Amino acid sequence: MKWLLVAVIVLATVLSDLLQSHEMKRAGEQSVSAQGFARLLQTIAQRRLLILGIASNAVSFFAFMALVQTEPLSFAVPASAASFVLETLLAKFVLHERIGVRRAAGALAVLAGVVLVGG
Amino acid sequence: MTNSGAVLKTYSVVLLFLALRAAGNSSMAWGMKQVPERMSMNPAIYLHAMLNPFVAMGIAALILALLTRMALFSLADLSFVLPVTALGYVIAVYLGKVFLHETVTRQRWLGALLIFAGAALVGSTTPDTTPSLEGQE
Repeated sequence: MKWLLVAVIVLATVLSDLLQSHEMKRAGEQSVSAQGFARLLQTIAQRRLLILGIASNAVSFFAFMALVQTEPLSFAVPASAASFVLETLLAKFVLHERIGVRRAAGALAVLAGVVLVGG
Repeated sequence: MTNSGAVLKTYSVVLLFLALRAAGNSSMAWGMKQVPERMSMNPAIYLHAMLNPFVAMGIAALILALLTRMALFSLADLSFVLPVTALGYVIAVYLGKVFLHETVTRQRWLGALLIFAGAALVGSTTPDTTPSLEGQE
């Protein structure tokens, strides 16, 4: 059951991040001031894919709620990082972001760490 | 805004995000363990769980973290945001041990250190990797 919840968290998170990154790039730079948040909420309301991204985030969130009820936080949080590799690959091949050697090496180290932490 | 100013701003938002998510995760994990009903596909059980004050506080902090991360996406690429915010995994292991009294094995700590090293390596590159109009890279 716990791995099913992890799978739901990972897939929903990946979908959510891709949609959010794609849509926020198109929306332009945002700020974190009170006024900035108001404008951010306005941006959300105007973009359907962004709303889908947030719905996907909610699915991931509820699965996470269920996971932390029965599993330790020090397992639940690192296990959810399994989404990381998939996201980096998708960022490169779907969002066409540039991934340098140094960044890729750092990402691989994080991945190895996540495997150990989750094991 | 100068380039270093923009980078400083990006890192400030990263810090804000990490603090909000760490507080949110810990509060929710603490609260959820006090909720007697097991979570299932029934949405009513989730809504009832949200009445627990720690779960409610956790959700509030995590919603703010979500909005902060969205702002972060407009400042930097996904492939920068993800590794740097991976620091949150180390923080979660630490908070799990200290505040929630979880058993953390040596292997889990080693993993946490690897995550930290990887995130630091990625953090030493510039946030915006998408080529700009001026062609600087």
